[in-house]
Amino acid sequence: MEFVNPLTGFRLDGRRPNEMRHIRGEIGVVANADGSAMFEMGNTKVIAAVYGPREVQNKSQQLSNQALVQCEYSMANFSTGDRMRRPKGDRRSTEISLVIRQSLEASVLTHLMPRSQIDIFVQVLQADGGTRSACINAATMALADAGIPMCDLVTSCSAGYLCTTPLLDLNYVEDSAGGPDVTVGLLAKMDKVTLLQMDAKLPMDIFENVMQLAIEGCKAVAQYIHEVLLENTKQLESRRGK
Amino acid sequence: MRDLQVTLNQTQRVRLQSAIRTLQELSSTSSSSAVAATVAVADVIPVNLEDGILKGHGTSEVDGQLMATLCGVVERVNKLVYVRALRARYKPEIGDIIVGRVIEVAPKRWRLEINFTQDAVLMLSSMNLPDGIQRRRTAVDELNMRSIFEEDDVICAEVRGFQHDGSLQLQARSQKYGKLERGQLLTAPPYLVKRRKQHFHHLEDYGVDLIIGCNGFMWVGEHIETGENDMLEDQENQLEKDGNSNAKPMGSQDEEKTFTPLETRRHICRIANAVRLLSALGFTLSLEAIIDTVKLSFSSNISIKDMLAAEFYVQTAEREVQRRVSSSKKKA
Repeated sequence: MEFVNPLTGFRLDGRRPNEMRHIRGEIGVVANADGSAMFEMGNTKVIAAVYGPREVQNKSQQLSNQALVQCEYSMANFSTGDRMRRPKGDRRSTEISLVIRQSLEASVLTHLMPRSQIDIFVQVLQADGGTRSACINAATMALADAGIPMCDLVTSCSAGYLCTTPLLDLNYVEDSAGGPDVTVGLLAKMDKVTLLQMDAKLPMDIFENVMQLAIEGCKAVAQYIHEVLLENTKQLESRRGK
Repeated sequence: MRDLQVTLNQTQRVRLQSAIRTLQELSSTSSSSAVAATVAVADVIPVNLEDGILKGHGTSEVDGQLMATLCGVVERVNKLVYVRALRARYKPEIGDIIVGRVIEVAPKRWRLEINFTQDAVLMLSSMNLPDGIQRRRTAVDELNMRSIFEEDDVICAEVRGFQHDGSLQLQARSQKYGKLERGQLLTAPPYLVKRRKQHFHHLEDYGVDLIIGCNGFMWVGEHIETGENDMLEDQENQLEKDGNSNAKPMGSQDEEKTFTPLETRRHICRIANAVRLLSALGFTLSLEAIIDTVKLSFSSNISIKDMLAAEFYVQTAEREVQRRVSSSKKKA
């Protein structure tokens, strides 16, 4: 299948190989959560809610020197093309929960909130490839909204390699083509990688190009998230007044 | 914004937007540094590290630069530089008056949910017993703890301090603290509450008590006379014999279910809706603002349920703009 048109160089959905989908983020979408955000990457749409830092529910898990971070990923039944009942805690969602938790825990300054727990809930409302990237981005925004101290913004983006071209931000069709899919999570300002996943083989030199492309995507996402957060903070401060 | 879903029509949307824009302009002109100093996570805070500055909350030093770890406003007090977070959980300070909900009755203590990172602890020994006598707490008192506060009771108390293990201790050593009854608990983000000298307010016009807890929990309830509990026990007993004991102090044991007049209940709802509205709009929850909103609703004949509808939402926003414009003019 032609994923990149050999004549025009455009992809199936009309993007250039190094072009991201349209991204949109919104803060404060869940009323009862301490922090919440919605994040869209093209047709992928994800909602995240953060509760805490709060009292540890299971006392045996309590850590006396740092906060406990928990994450739960789920996909809504209506999120994919064919409506499926999804059992909670299947292999895929457990793995993604773990991945999201680990990459976010790298940035949260957990030692500042001992004996407490932070719960992150992410749900996919619409799946069109790159759900784990979108989840990480939404969760970062929600954590920042909840006023949880973080050393940097963790952002994530995926890249792939199809038709001998590195492609940024794969959608569902490109994702299911079976080619390599590199998902990178990045601490944007500090240039540190917190997540790197790939489910295929790639030669070293090509892998470096693909990963560089994903890092560029992460930085673009970070810049956008930063703008949204700053705008939101200004809004809150000006409304509050003196 | 968050907890209130209002559907605005075109005109109302335009009015709200213009009101908010005015607020933004106001805050950018009146304190030009404040808005310029808003930072998001991982922003560099411009400081001269050679001045020997002190790094406060919400900052960290990375590669010789001061970075923000929170979204908020940079504050500078002498050499201290810190980031004041806006939307965050409550940060207790000693002496704060807070409203909380009992979630557990444990040995010699109650655990309270107060929107802090942990549950707060109210020891049996750090509160006055309902009989008002100062004495050692016995095992009998411990067994009777549920007669003072039960699970899910709403309580008003004061922050006593932190224990060495980091847990938060409360105290309630006065008649004004204790169980809150016949009213509503409201929750707002704590950054909207300013610390004042007075957090207990008796709104005489409405016969309502308003407690603005520093943790963002607020209590609107029927006014209850406090004080003079220990004035004379036997007097009270006599009154009880007469069968017309009213004005019992808070937390009294054999409370008889007195009837709250309909008018008072309406006032409670009206004030509660005013608080909900202001917190949804993200305006500071001062007593003046709340009373002003209540008065506005009376003067424009808004029914209680319509206070949370679109028209009054926009009206309140415009009113707040007016108030701030006039106050900034006074200063100039």
